Amino acid sequence: MREQVLEKASGEPLQAANRELTYSHAIREALQLAMRRDERVFMLGEDIGVYGGAFGVSDGLIEEFGAERVRDTPISEAVIAGAAIGAAVTGMRPVAEIQFMDFITLSMEQLVLQGAKMRFMFGGKASVPMVLRTPAGSGTGAAAQHSESLEAWFVHVPGLKVVMPSTPYDAKGLLLAAIEDDNPVIFVEHKLLYRTKGHVPEGYYTVPLSQSEVKREGRDVTVVATSIMVPRALEAADLLAQEGIELEVVDPRTLKPYDADTVTRSVCKTGRVLIVHEAPKTAGFGAEVAAEIVAGEAFDYLDAPIRRLAGLDVPIPYNRELERTAVPQVADIVREARALARGEY
Amino acid sequence: MPYQTVTDERKQIETSGLTPEQLLEALRKMHLIRAFEEKAEALYALGKIHGTMHLSIGQEASAVGACLALRPDDTILSTHRGHGHCIAKGAEPPLMMAEFFGKEVGYCRGRGGSMHIADVAGGNLGANGIVAGGLPISTGVGLSLQMQHTDRVCLTFFGDGAANEGAFHEALNLAAIWRLPVVYVCENNQYAMSMPMKAAFPIRQISERAAAYGIPGVTVDGNDLLAVYEAVQTAVSRARAGEGPSLIENVTYRWRGHSKSDRQRYRTRDEVKEWQARDPIIRLENLLVGADLFTAEQLADLGAEARQTIEDSVAFAEAQADPDPATILEGVYA
Repeated sequence: MREQVLEKASGEPLQAANRELTYSHAIREALQLAMRRDERVFMLGEDIGVYGGAFGVSDGLIEEFGAERVRDTPISEAVIAGAAIGAAVTGMRPVAEIQFMDFITLSMEQLVLQGAKMRFMFGGKASVPMVLRTPAGSGTGAAAQHSESLEAWFVHVPGLKVVMPSTPYDAKGLLLAAIEDDNPVIFVEHKLLYRTKGHVPEGYYTVPLSQSEVKREGRDVTVVATSIMVPRALEAADLLAQEGIELEVVDPRTLKPYDADTVTRSVCKTGRVLIVHEAPKTAGFGAEVAAEIVAGEAFDYLDAPIRRLAGLDVPIPYNRELERTAVPQVADIVREARALARGEY
Repeated sequence: MPYQTVTDERKQIETSGLTPEQLLEALRKMHLIRAFEEKAEALYALGKIHGTMHLSIGQEASAVGACLALRPDDTILSTHRGHGHCIAKGAEPPLMMAEFFGKEVGYCRGRGGSMHIADVAGGNLGANGIVAGGLPISTGVGLSLQMQHTDRVCLTFFGDGAANEGAFHEALNLAAIWRLPVVYVCENNQYAMSMPMKAAFPIRQISERAAAYGIPGVTVDGNDLLAVYEAVQTAVSRARAGEGPSLIENVTYRWRGHSKSDRQRYRTRDEVKEWQARDPIIRLENLLVGADLFTAEQLADLGAEARQTIEDSVAFAEAQADPDPATILEGVYA
C-alpha cells in the first residue's frame, strides 16, 4: 500500500489529498478505527483471525486487538448471528462476518425473526446495535452457492437496515456509520470491489446512512446503480460521453431505509432512467426504485419507460462466459442507456 | 438451629441452603403462575384475549426453582411457554396482564403479547415464538457478560422440541468452547407439540447431549422445586466462576394442550391424571409442612391470595388504554 504523508510546518502529518486505498483496506481501516475508539466493538466470524478473513479484509486485526476482539468462530452461521444479537442487546457493539452472503441463508431465522424484530416486539425497550458484514456477488467463478446477491430479502424486513457501498471512501464511512447506528445493519460488500482503489481520507469519518449520492452528473439519462454496478455505470458513462450522451449516475448506498429523493430529483432533470443491479431482476431492489419514481413527482417528468437492467433470473453459472452473461456488464449498460437516450424505448 | 426431630424434608431443605422465607416466596410465585395462567385461559374462553397462548400449568417448579438460583442482575431468555419464567424472574403481574390485553402500559406496549412478553429492565429478554430461537441469543448474552468481565450469568429456558433444532447444537458448542456463563435449562415436558420425547430422541435423557460439548449435563425431577434449584445453583456457581456452561434437563409435564388449537389426540387422559397427581405446588406445600417450617393453615390462603392478585391485575389491565394507532411505527428502528 502506497500511502503518502505530507508534513505540515508543525510536523503534524497532513493527509495526502490523493491517499488511495483499496475497498478491502478501507473496510479494514474502519474496523480498526471503530475498535480503537470504542471497546464495546468487537468482531466475530469464520476465519477472520490469523487467516485474515476469506478475502483478507481483517488481515492483521487480530495482531492489534487480540483473539478476544477478533473472534474466530466455528462454522456456525446461526449462532454467529445469534451471538451478535445477544451481545448487542446487552451492551456490546458486535461486527459479525458471514463469509459469503450465500451462507446468510443459515442465519436467517436469527436475523429476520429475532434481531430485526426484537426492539419492536419488546415495545421499543431494547436495541440491537450490530453490523453483519458479508461479501456478495458473482464474478469469481465460484458458481451458484458462493455468488449470490440477496440484499433485497433484507430490504423487505422491517427493523433491518441494508447498506451496499460501491467505493472505498463510502465503504469506510458507511461502515463507521453502521457501527455507530443502534440498529441491526446488513453491510453488503462486493467481492470484485475489494481490490478496487479510491481516495480514502485518514482518520475517523462517517458517511450518513440513508443518503443516496450522485456519483456523476449528466443531463440525458439517470442511471441508478448499486454496488459493483456503480463503477460499471461510471465506465459506461465515460464511453457514452464520447458519443455526446451524458449519464447521471446515482448510487443509493443505503437500500433500507432508502433515500428516494435524490433519484427523484435526478429523474426530474433527465426524464429517463435506467436501473442497474446484479441481483436477479424479479422483485429485485430495482423494482422498489422504479415504484418510488412512478409513485411520486418524477412520474410527470418521465419521457420514456423506466428500464431495468439486472441479473437474469438464473442461479449464477460456473462457465466464465455464462457467468458474465448472467449479470449486467459495461457493454450492457452502454447499450441500454444509449437506446434510452436516443428515444428507442 | 436445634431440632427435636429431624425429618427427611428438613434435611432436604437444609442441604439446599434456602431459607423458609425464600421457600415461601417461591411457593407464592408458583401459585401466582398457576393463577395467572388459569385466568388467562378463562379470559381466552370469554373472548377477551385474542391470538393464542401456551400454558405452563404443571411446570411451575421448573420456572421458579431455576430463577431462585439467579440474582436480579442476571438475564434469562424464555420460550413461547413463558408466563411462568416471566413471573419467576420478578415481573409485575399487572404489567404482564396489560401486555396480555395488548395495552400501551404493558411490558411490550401491546406489541408483543403472550408469545413475546419481555421485561428487559428486569433481565428477561423475552418469550420467543420460535422453537430454539433464544438459544443462539443466550450464547451471545453470555459472550457479552464474559467480555464485560462481570460475574453475571445468562439462563435460557427451552423445551424438549428445541433440543432437536440445529440452533441448539451451534449455541451449546460455541458457549462450551468459549466457556461462556450460560445455563441451558431444558424443560422436557414430554411432548414437542404432539411429538413424544421418546419418539424424537434416540437417547433416554436429553442431558446426555452435554457430553458432546464436554459440559456438565444433569437430569432432575422438574416438579421438585428443590431438585431444580440445586441443579441450577450448581450450574450458576460454575458459570459465575468462569467455568463455562451447563445443560440441565427438568423432567416435567404440561397439563394443558400445546396451545389453544390442541385436541390432545396424542396422549391419554390417564397419563395427564397421573402427572396431575405430581402437582409441583402441592409437592412443595407438603415439603414445607413436613419440614415443620409452616403449618398447613399458614399456607392455606396462598392460592386465594394469588388469584386475588391476578383479579386485580385483570381489573388494572382492562382499565388501561390501547396503543394509539398513530404510534404503530415506533420501535421498528432506534
